[in-house]
Formats: sequence, C-alpha cells, structure tokens
Amino acid sequence: MRPAVRDAVLSALIALGLFAPMVGLVLSNGEQGLELHGRPLAAAVVVALVFFGRLGMHLWTHRPGHEARTIRKSLKVPAGTSKFLAPALLAAAVLLPLTGSRYYVDLGTLVLTYVMLGWGLNIVVGLAGLLDLGYVAFYAVGAYSYALLAETFGLGFWTCLPLAGILAAFAGILLGFPVLRLRGDYLAIVTLAFGEIIRVVLINWVELTHGPNGITDIPRPTLFGLRFSMDDGDDTVAGFFGIEAETIQRVIFLYYVILALALLTNWVTLRLRRMPLGRAWEALREDEIACKSLGINVTNTKLTAFATGALFGGFAGAFFATRQAFISPESFTFIESATVLAIVVLGGLGSQLGVALAALVMVGGLEMLRDLLSTIGEQMGSELFSGLAGELPTYRMLIFGLALVVMMVLRPRGLVSGRTPTARL
Amino acid sequence: MTAPLLSLSGVSTYYGAIQALKNVDLQVHEGEIVTLIGANGAGKSTLMMTVCGNPRARAGQIIYDGRDITHEPTHLIMRRQIAQAPEGRRIFGRMTVYENLLMGAETSGQTNVPALLDQVCDLFPRLRERLTQRGGTLSGGEQQMLAIGRALMARPRLLLLDEPSLGLAPLVVRQIFGAIRTLNKETGLTVLLVEQNAYQALRLAHRGYVLVNGAITMAGTGVELLARPEIRAAYLEGGHYT
Repeated sequence: MRPAVRDAVLSALIALGLFAPMVGLVLSNGEQGLELHGRPLAAAVVVALVFFGRLGMHLWTHRPGHEARTIRKSLKVPAGTSKFLAPALLAAAVLLPLTGSRYYVDLGTLVLTYVMLGWGLNIVVGLAGLLDLGYVAFYAVGAYSYALLAETFGLGFWTCLPLAGILAAFAGILLGFPVLRLRGDYLAIVTLAFGEIIRVVLINWVELTHGPNGITDIPRPTLFGLRFSMDDGDDTVAGFFGIEAETIQRVIFLYYVILALALLTNWVTLRLRRMPLGRAWEALREDEIACKSLGINVTNTKLTAFATGALFGGFAGAFFATRQAFISPESFTFIESATVLAIVVLGGLGSQLGVALAALVMVGGLEMLRDLLSTIGEQMGSELFSGLAGELPTYRMLIFGLALVVMMVLRPRGLVSGRTPTARL
Repeated sequence: MTAPLLSLSGVSTYYGAIQALKNVDLQVHEGEIVTLIGANGAGKSTLMMTVCGNPRARAGQIIYDGRDITHEPTHLIMRRQIAQAPEGRRIFGRMTVYENLLMGAETSGQTNVPALLDQVCDLFPRLRERLTQRGGTLSGGEQQMLAIGRALMARPRLLLLDEPSLGLAPLVVRQIFGAIRTLNKETGLTVLLVEQNAYQALRLAHRGYVLVNGAITMAGTGVELLARPEIRAAYLEGGHYT
C-alpha cells in the first residue's frame, strides 16, 4: 500500500507543477488590458484525477493473482484482420456518399486527399527510404500548375490533371539531382528547405502567382463536359439529366474524383512494388552499398522514386485547387508536409493499409474530436469549469498529441508494421 | 598463355589525400580462384571496390575481358557478368530470402530465374528451406550463403567475395569454402577472394597475393605461399589452423 501512495503523491506533484499554470491560471481581457484570474478548483480537480488514477492503476497492476501482461500484448490484433479490413474500408469509402450528409462527404474528401498524399509520400519515404520533409512542395506545384493553366489558357481540370502531375514530377527530379548523395538527416534538411523555397517563390513572384492574394475562381471539374451548376442550362449535369440542381451533387462528384485518384495511386504503387523497379526502391531503403554491388543504378532509382512520389503529390494538388476553387501560398506550409509524414510514419512505413488508417485517424479523428469536445463543453454548465467550457475544443491538439505519443509507445513501428513480400514462389 | 579475365596494372587509389593502394598489379585468369590476403587496413577491400569503380582508381588501368573498365560507372561494371558479395554480407534484412535472390537476377537481366534459383538452392540447401523467411532472421552463416547466392543469381563469370568467413564458426566457414570450390570445379567460375583467414583461403585458392599497406609484397601459388616462413609468421601462427 505504501509504495502505491508514494507513487500517486509523486505523480500528483508533477501534475500540480504542470497544471497549476496551465489550467489554474486564466488570462482574460479586463478593463485595464489583460487580467490574470485564478482557477484553483479546476486545477485541483485535475491533480486529484491524476492522484486517484495513478493510485488505482498501481493497485490494479499489483493486485494479488495478477500476472504480468503488457498492454502491448493485449493490443495484439488477430492475424488476418487486414485481409478483411482493406475491403471493408474500401466498401465504406464507396458507400459513404449514400449517407447524403454534406458534413461526412466533405470530411471524407479531406481524409481521402490526405490518404492520397500519404500514399504518394509512402513511395519516397516508405519504400525508397528517402526522408522527405518538403513533400508539400509537389502538392503546391500541382495546385498552382492547374490554377495557372486554367487561368491563363482556360484549360479544364481533366486536361490539366496529367500536366500538373508531370510538372510536379519534374519538380521531383529537380529536387532529386542535388540530393542524390545525401542521406538521412542531411536529406531531410535539404528537402525541408526545398518545401520552403517553393512557398517563398509563390509568395514573391507576384506577376505570376498573385503572391499572397492567391488565385481565385479556379474552375470546377466537369463530368464528361457537363458542369455542376445551379443554373439549369443544358450543359449542366442537372439540366442534362433533368433533375433538380443541388450543391451536394458537386460535393459527391468531387468525393468520387479523389477516391478514384487515391485508388489509382494505390494501384500503381502495388503494381510497382512487384516490379524490379519497386523492389530496387525497397532494396535501396535496406542497403545502398549492396544495391551498388548488384549493379543497380542508384541515381536513376532515387530519381524515379522522387518523380513518382511527386507525380501523385501533383495530382492531389490539382484536385485540391479545383475543390477549393481558391489557393494561396498559405495552404502549403510546412505543417502540411509534417502531417503527411506523420501519417506515413504512424501508419507504418511502406504499408498501404496503415497509411489509409493513419490518415483516417489523424485527419478524420481530429475533426471528430473537435465536435465531440464542443458537445461536451456545451454540457458542462457547472461553475467549476467556468471559462473552460467554450475553449475545450482548443484542447484537441493536446489530446491528439498525447494519443500519438501513446500510439508510438504501444506500436513503435506504426499501425501496420508487417511487410508484405513482393514476390511469392 | 591467354589474356587474363581481370588484370590490374599500376593501380593507385586514394581516399582524399590518403593513398590506399600503391601501384598494384594483379591478374585473375579464367577458371582460377585467386585470393588476396593481408592484415586489417591493408587495402584488400579497397582493391575489390576499386575493381567495381567505387572508389575510382586515380592511376593505372583495370582491364576486364579485354575491355578497359577503369572509368566505367559502377552499375555498368556490375552488369558485365561481374558479381560481388560485399563485405559484411549486406543482405536486404526486411525482404524475404527469395526477394533477395531476385534482386541479384533482375538487375543483370536474367530471364530464367527458376533455373538459377534451383542452382543456388542446390549449392546451399539451407536457403531453399528459408526462401519465404525475412533475410534479417537468418543466422550469420545463412546470411553469407544468401549474399553469395544473390551474387550467383546474376550468372557471373567473375565472382568477387569480400571476407566470406567474417564472424562465422569454423564449421560454417568450411561449408562456404567447400561451396566455392564446388562452384569453381563444376562451372569453371572465376573467383577473386579477399580473406583474413589466410590458411583456409590459401588452401582453397590456385594463386594468392599478399597485400601490405596498400602494396602487393608477395605472389605465388597457394601452396607456395603457405610454405613461406614470412607468411607463416605473419598470418598463420595466430591460431588460424582451423
């Protein structure tokens, strides 16, 4: 009993040190500028929670007859789950628009954009093992390619999509050349810089990109030449099929476009993995010197990995531009690269299913958490948490960060850590 | 006598300002096993890597099969039916044994993979049992067999082996050296073997070279070199009679 109490007291002291300023003090706008208020009760509740939680945990793990069993073991997923999980996820993705909820379809589109970016980056980081911190650069190149081609030459989305991909792939090769000899940390720094260079160029090359103002009125994609529009013209989808025009039709169409693009990325990656080129990427990740001794052209192998990854980043960028109808350099900051890289790492380097799951958790889960927290916040009318209720959603990043840390402790090699062999006898 | 399959003349290699190979002359004839012995840091591995063009020779000439390959890019050299099992094995740990072997065949454009696979598995039956296992889960000896097998999948004329006995039990070393001898006898494969295990290597090889501080100091047949008192003193008295 005594060690349990001592452990709990220590934890509570640490919690006090942390949460006394973080929860116990509030700044607010008063008559003479900022005013500092105390919120001792809320801090006390948090510390008490830690104390009793820690005490309970200690007593639970040391109860008589308890065998040592780590959480990691109890989290073990039964083998073969992934066989059913992937088709189930795909079916859910295809059927999602049937819910008819604009909220879910919009969220699904966002998640799928990140799934596609994750799969694209997975080629570079997961398969070829080249740590790329500037993936957003290719996303930006794709988006601006489409936006500028549409604005300048009046080209449509479907014409520009391959062009945007190709231009992004060229950017990938352009980045690839100077970093061929770099590995690990050094490569990461140069790619990080590349991402920033692209963004800074977009901000400052005002004649071409309109600088920080961005590009507006980017045309929406068409369905075999039919527009999605509220006016009932013959060249609109609604007019052609003789149905009532609704905004949700376009939203659902965009959803299926990104679903198709993401699936294309997945299909190409899976195909390439089984081909000599894909195997060479993976061999490169494992051991560059061994690759050289086998006669693999390391230069070309790296460049194709960069180019292929960038190609899909470019596709995703063009889609992003057409979906938002407005882009500016602000959409392409480092945090985007970091998010996509986190998705790849959290999912498990090289695992397609893992990346999809991680994108679902990181993008979809984060949004859901925001809604959940605001609902809880509205329910908490008590004096105890005065001032906390409205700002609860702002804690979501804190909770989310904690969840990521716990996740990586429990599954250090990502959600799906096993590697599927690319060739069978 | 016919021209050698591989011939180095006056080769010097540098790492920055440090000279690692000094004016090295070496010949390997078709169908021969030639070994290169020497102490740590004598430049044995450097010589082997120089043949592969990484690092490049700063002086001298490397002729393979009548062609000057001194300035060719590494990946093209390795496609001229030269295969290498690099030092420290360097197998692809997360890939299966089968995938590892495929890597050897694919880069050299081999089409008849099943037949090659059979040959390698006949030579190293242990690999056949482990084809679907991940390379990293193999024992050290099996990994060495895999490294040699991977090189053989390219159907080389010249096999470069860099310290295949490194860190292996004597019994396993005998197995591997036995396999090299079998290969050489049955298929006429030419082998350049870099070794620290001088006794085993000289017994296996037709001819040997001794490398000291980047320069060749002695050359001769395996039996001759084994009988030399200098060799016995420098490389064999340390308990290498295994």
